[in-house]
Amino acid sequence: MATINPNKDFTLARNPTGQLQFTDSDGIVFDNVYLVRAFPISAPDEGLSIISKEGHELAWISNLVDMPIQLKELIEAELAQREFMPEILRINQVSSFATPSMWDVWTNKGSTQLILKAEDQIWRLKNNRILITDKNGVNFMINNIEQLDKHSRKLLDRFL
Amino acid sequence: MNSKILHLTPSSRLLPNFWQSIVQSHLENAEELKAWLEINLDEQLHFTEHLLLITNRRLVYFCPDKTHADIPNVSVYEYAYQPDLKLLQHDHAGVYRLELFEHNLRIASWCYTLTSDTSSARFIKQFEQQCTSFITGKPVPAEATEPCPKCRYPLTAEQDECPQCSSEIDTPPSTWTLFRLWRFAKPYQWQLLAGFLLMLASTAATLVPPYLTIPLMDKVLIPYQNGVPIDTDLVALLLGGLLGSALLAWSLGWSKTYILALVSERIGADLRTITYDHLLKLSLEYFGGKRTGDLMARIGSESDRICVFLSLHLLDFATDVLMIIMTAAILVSINPELALVTLLPLPFIAWMIHIVRDKLRTGFEKIDRVWSEVSNVLADTIPGIRVVKAFAQEARESSRFREANQHNLAVNDRINKIWSLFSPSVTLLTEIGLLLVWAFGIWQISKDEISVGILTAFLAYISRFYTRLDSMSRIVSVTQKAASGAKRIFDILDHVSSVPEPSNPVHLDKVSGKIEIRSAGFRYGNRTVIKDLNLTIEPGEMIGLVGHSGSGKSTLVNLMCRFYDVSTGSISLDGVNIRSLPISEYRRNIGLVLQEPFLFFGSIAENIAYGKPDATRAEIIAAARAAHAHEFILRLPHGYDSLVGERGHGLSGGERQRISIARALLIDPRILILDEATASVDTETEKEIQKALDNLVHGRTTIAIAHRLSTLHKANRLVVMDQGQIVEIGNHDELMASEGAYYRLYQAQARNVDTDLDDVISNETIANKEASA
Repeated sequence: MATINPNKDFTLARNPTGQLQFTDSDGIVFDNVYLVRAFPISAPDEGLSIISKEGHELAWISNLVDMPIQLKELIEAELAQREFMPEILRINQVSSFATPSMWDVWTNKGSTQLILKAEDQIWRLKNNRILITDKNGVNFMINNIEQLDKHSRKLLDRFL
Repeated sequence: MNSKILHLTPSSRLLPNFWQSIVQSHLENAEELKAWLEINLDEQLHFTEHLLLITNRRLVYFCPDKTHADIPNVSVYEYAYQPDLKLLQHDHAGVYRLELFEHNLRIASWCYTLTSDTSSARFIKQFEQQCTSFITGKPVPAEATEPCPKCRYPLTAEQDECPQCSSEIDTPPSTWTLFRLWRFAKPYQWQLLAGFLLMLASTAATLVPPYLTIPLMDKVLIPYQNGVPIDTDLVALLLGGLLGSALLAWSLGWSKTYILALVSERIGADLRTITYDHLLKLSLEYFGGKRTGDLMARIGSESDRICVFLSLHLLDFATDVLMIIMTAAILVSINPELALVTLLPLPFIAWMIHIVRDKLRTGFEKIDRVWSEVSNVLADTIPGIRVVKAFAQEARESSRFREANQHNLAVNDRINKIWSLFSPSVTLLTEIGLLLVWAFGIWQISKDEISVGILTAFLAYISRFYTRLDSMSRIVSVTQKAASGAKRIFDILDHVSSVPEPSNPVHLDKVSGKIEIRSAGFRYGNRTVIKDLNLTIEPGEMIGLVGHSGSGKSTLVNLMCRFYDVSTGSISLDGVNIRSLPISEYRRNIGLVLQEPFLFFGSIAENIAYGKPDATRAEIIAAARAAHAHEFILRLPHGYDSLVGERGHGLSGGERQRISIARALLIDPRILILDEATASVDTETEKEIQKALDNLVHGRTTIAIAHRLSTLHKANRLVVMDQGQIVEIGNHDELMASEGAYYRLYQAQARNVDTDLDDVISNETIANKEASA
């Protein structure tokens, strides 16, 4: 898709039901569209796609930074509602070093518990980042192992 | 009289204690609790504990204010039932969202993650039923069997625990993993006892020589220095004793090592076969999540490591412990004070061992993991070597391997730092210990408390004693290695198949082949793949499954084969839930033809008879004929005895496919599943295969997935799927007439006859094929 001038090529707004409404350059209205990041982990702000509820791409935003402020805020608010990847700030306790293991963690979304089904549910990403998928499919992120406190690091180390 | 009903309806049975009283105080008279859902996320997606309730009158949302921990101040929002109230649910990346609409206006929304495997699809159904019944005044239609309160899985009268909810076991295995090996040692307990007794005797025998040095010194050598002639008889006796005890120790040591090595080999072999058997029983879900290299390493090298540990290291360690205990006893009996000094360094060494133990254990676990990383690189690259070479990525793969190796090195280096310090430290402590004994012994001799012979004996004992301590310190590392190996094996053994065998199996004598799928749902990771799907397939009917890739067709087929179990709802065969049928008995009724036929190493005849090893040659030939495979098999140099490899080298895709069709035909299944059986072959071959398939389909319940809609011309009904749901059912003409999803698919294909429906899919298939070729 070619580069897009958002004000001319499409508009994005909230309809009364709280869903996102997309109007393309021909004035065709799509209700209940959703936003998807193409690289949610490696480059969250690059490459955003607006997808119709049938799953077809309506528009491509190559970089969120270039967007007008109003649209950017709307998009960010919507993504905040959709995206759920709690960042683990501290690992308080793990039930065992053998899997399945129940972890007591503090995240930026409050404290919770996660169940690690197997060690290979922990993904080592670049730059010391770690992605943990729990039994129910919720993704937890550790942004930098080095910045975790010693206790958490020690616990985590047993699984890496 | 308070007529609030909190406990009578099945749904409230499991309401957590925390909520019981709160809910109780908010329900009105004669209000019944029908269902509940824990909402564990607030609007900002922060973790909280909220509750959503369905009663027979309204939807209630409890939202406690957590600032006052003692007296929960609960905010309650209620939504009385009225027409135009609609509850919708969708999920993304593990977060589920329920939205309540009134006149198409969203009035509330709630988010939650799946913590308790609550089926929200069922929750919504409950809501709709209750809402309709409240408005119309008609009672909610009763369900045939009482469903599980949590997941709505239908329970029978005698089941009080839901097999679906309770099958998910999250308890981790215990850390005393090595002791769990006893389960494998138990059959050999008598041999083990014999080995232990021999060990006791042989250790005692090795302790005789130092003891004989006492009279040798005190009665022979020292008197001789003082001018007394040597008593040759005594010397001969003592030397004979030394030789005799050495010979005894040799023969006893030999027999104990032999017996125990024999037993440990057997334990290792049992461990391997049992683990492999267990692995084969696990569901596809497990294999999907594990890498081949890792599993191979676990069963192969880990079990071998445990075996070596048992036969060598543990044996040595036990001998050492025995020796230490016996030596200590002898020393104390000779001279308690000197014995005390001699044994003084022991606690220090024990303490050091303890300190290092922890560091080494985690380290060795790490090494294991890194090691399987290395073998995973190999397991990835070697099967995909064609792709690697085609894209000229040898250098990249080599650097990937080097990286894994580097990681291995780094982990090893770190461990070796601790490890290398360990043995010299033990030696140092040994020397210091000897020094202590010398000093104290000389002092005691000067006081005439002990003789020179006793000091020599002590020194002889202690030097053995401390060298044993040195080798005992090695047990730390090997035990940890073996324990981590055992852990990794027990990880497999402890993994409960997500497709469990029924505890009270039902046997079907004659299967007619009627399949009923009732509100089936399935989640794969955090993706909902199948949503509330209902379908009844009559015996002998042929169903064509149609839809885009990712619409859930293959998943549905996998659920029907019970490769996975449905997350919610049920699938039944002839009216019996397939969960209550023994797995192998159930699968015997299913013939499966896959897109990528897999041929095992062996002859063609063996491959055809794979599902029925006792088939006669005539049966095999009949199946091959029906599968249109007979003629090309005869053209091969060794006919039915021709060997085919792992991936059937030397046979074309169509030929392999026809062999797999013959394989399915031979077991004469009532249900036939064709998963893209003709997708990977050219049109000419497809016609051949189609002829073979027509023979196969005849008179059986058939579920066929196909991309080329033309191959489904014989289907009685076509089921069009999209996003895990059925969107259309009907025969070709009906579906074409209604101009729905099927019509669009058909049109798309008619326009572009040669290419597949989804270019994406065919590209994927090619890539996969290349990877596996």
